Amino acid sequence: MMVRRLFLALAAMACIAAAADPAERLADPAKEARARNLFQQVRCLVCQNESIDDSEADLARDLRGVVRQQVAAGASDAQVKAFLLAHYGEFVLLKPSFSASNALLWGAPFLVTLVGAGVLILRKRSAAASEVLTPQEEARIQALRQDETL
Amino acid sequence: MIDELGQFALVLGFCLSLAQVALSFTGRARRNVTLTSAGEGAALGAFAAIAIGFAALIHAFVTSDFSVMNVAANSHTEKPMLYKVAGAWGSHEGSILLWCFALTGYGAAVALARGLPFGLKALTVAVQGSLGALFIGYMVFASNPLLRLAMPPVEGRSLNPLLQDPALAAHPPFLYAGYVGFSVVFSLAAAALIEGRIDAAWARWVRPWALAAWSLLTVGITLGAFWAYYELGWGGWWFWDPVENASFMPWLLGTALLHSAIVTEKRGGFPAWTAFLAMGCFTLSMLGAFLVRSGVLTSVHAFAVDPKRGALLLAILAIAAGSGFVLFAWRAPKLRDPATFAPISRESALFVNNIILAAVTVTVLLGTLYPLIKEAITGDTISVGPPFFNLTFTPLMIVAFIILPAGPLLAWKRGDAAAALQRLGAAALAAFAAALLTLALVSPRKALASAAVGVGAWLIAGAVAELVDRTRLLRAGWREAGRRLGGLPRGAWGMSLAHLGLGVFVLGAAFETAWKVETAQVLSPGGGVTLGAYHLTLASITDVAGPNYDAERGAVVVTDRQGAAVCTALPERRTYDAGGQTTSEVAICPSALNDIYIVLGERRSAAGGTPGWLVRAYWNPWARLIFLGPIIMALGGAISLSDRRLRFAVGRRAVAKTAPAPAPAE
Repeated sequence: MMVRRLFLALAAMACIAAAADPAERLADPAKEARARNLFQQVRCLVCQNESIDDSEADLARDLRGVVRQQVAAGASDAQVKAFLLAHYGEFVLLKPSFSASNALLWGAPFLVTLVGAGVLILRKRSAAASEVLTPQEEARIQALRQDETL
Repeated sequence: MIDELGQFALVLGFCLSLAQVALSFTGRARRNVTLTSAGEGAALGAFAAIAIGFAALIHAFVTSDFSVMNVAANSHTEKPMLYKVAGAWGSHEGSILLWCFALTGYGAAVALARGLPFGLKALTVAVQGSLGALFIGYMVFASNPLLRLAMPPVEGRSLNPLLQDPALAAHPPFLYAGYVGFSVVFSLAAAALIEGRIDAAWARWVRPWALAAWSLLTVGITLGAFWAYYELGWGGWWFWDPVENASFMPWLLGTALLHSAIVTEKRGGFPAWTAFLAMGCFTLSMLGAFLVRSGVLTSVHAFAVDPKRGALLLAILAIAAGSGFVLFAWRAPKLRDPATFAPISRESALFVNNIILAAVTVTVLLGTLYPLIKEAITGDTISVGPPFFNLTFTPLMIVAFIILPAGPLLAWKRGDAAAALQRLGAAALAAFAAALLTLALVSPRKALASAAVGVGAWLIAGAVAELVDRTRLLRAGWREAGRRLGGLPRGAWGMSLAHLGLGVFVLGAAFETAWKVETAQVLSPGGGVTLGAYHLTLASITDVAGPNYDAERGAVVVTDRQGAAVCTALPERRTYDAGGQTTSEVAICPSALNDIYIVLGERRSAAGGTPGWLVRAYWNPWARLIFLGPIIMALGGAISLSDRRLRFAVGRRAVAKTAPAPAPAE
């Protein structure tokens, strides 16, 4: 319990926005900006849910080094991500892939919206239908009107 | 002695909750007022008992009674008094006690509420009592905060330094008051389903509770966001962290409930859906408590987690929500929805609002739980982070924001779209102007962020346009408009403010996210660094001694381009005596709506071998609006709550005494 608590506290403390560290920066500002953008999409694997952009953990520092190295060597964003994916698995990317096994995840927001829209349209149909009177109702209205005139 | 008294009170609270259930149910079944009154008395008694238990725990913390296990694990004699008191809810056990305190408090409030029909009230008190019994039972038997230690230590282990912050005193109480406020709405829905009657009167009873819970939750989440903003390493004001999502889900569904309940109240429409939302809100509150307290998800905000007891919380969630939704499935098909409306109408607009809010709630729910579900089924681990929500949640919400200002301008049953759009012409113009000006003037040029600024302006201008329309400012002149403005019901004011607050938030979020400026430099005393339009100079580093920590404190002088002093910021790097942990205390220097955010980092040698410190600084433009917006929204909720049409006790009296007010244009 005590150890776990201490570990949590240390892990939390280790995660201090760190990628701006001048000692790590690339000389080319355009490449540095691209690297920073990538950092925000990569998870610090040992932290409590943080990107490597924020984390001061050693592993995050190493990963930043890897990403900066590749960006400096001219790799595209997709190439860097593919490299990370191959080495660390899907867990390392904060954006889940558009794969069949994630279809439910990506599809649900739009599915719920579509179902809702469908309900709205069906409701309109039935509401419109109920506004047209049945022959029996028409007859009753006629009867009532005649009552009134009497 | 006081500890044992508290322990006794907690058990008494459990027994009284059980009595509350039995008496109220039996009283309802036999139509016996004596029994239901006794049930209400038991609800008051349960609250008093839990309050005594809570007071006993706070007493133990204040007096540093380390013979109480919870105090020994979470307190320290040198801890400042504020954190001794607030530390009472800083642990797992303490936070559950705070939860039970709020739960029985709401139970007592329901018991005291007047004007509810006999059957509905008795059953509401009964259901509220069952929720109380579940959670108090869990606390007494599995998560008891007042257990004694056989061998008390001389000194406590102190509270996690990251939690030793004034926000700890306010954030959890507001959050829990909001979370648990939805329990009343849940109980009212369950009671109405048992009674088989969900109508306009029921919706009128639900709305004040939903409004109160929603407003408190809004404040709680905002305080949390602000805390995460100035606490380093918590990912900023919003990171789509599972714990953040856990609090956001009941808020989103609660927002849907507030809007759906309006249709039920004014037109008798959507009764089943409103009841479903009413149950869903507290279900998501309980889910949030489970996610946060069980540690099943990794989060930067998870403190005091305990996986073993998490399973019990899951069982409670299953029992409470399960029986609620079984009841719903059984009863809801019998509910009639009498409302018919045209495709362009207030009802349609609120329906679309509810579709989108339901869709985004599902998005957040799935985004939070999907990694867990997927790992359980396939063994693959994935991460669902901010990039996912930016592609799903944000576009859906933008659609909702674009439709929003039109809603209040449409009439019930059959609205006139052309007329509504005409009345929004000026607002649309203002929104486009804001977006184009931003695109033209703010550098670096960002099209998407400029559009977002336009959306924020659209919401604000739309809320103003709605007020102008209601007061007939353009047709009747200033004097008449002023008179009408004074005569507007508070509910209308509340709505306008809430929508305006949303716009303020969108402006702040867009600006802060897109145009923040960052710098980091190793500085020796006397050295400086440029941050956007400001210059920062590290004037000195001094050692200071706090109550339970030692710190290095930097004095950073901020000057603008002309060299005029803006402020002197005092960021700290603290080392706590108990445990020896270090934390960084951020210094924030507000200038108008913007923040200059300064962090003193680790000691390093600067150029030339002199000792230096890593200083990080951010310029966060319009960051204040991110927190101001939701506070305006909560204020809108509170003003709406004070509307006499909704006031708890006045229901019948107001109808009898007051002449009908001039009908607002609705």
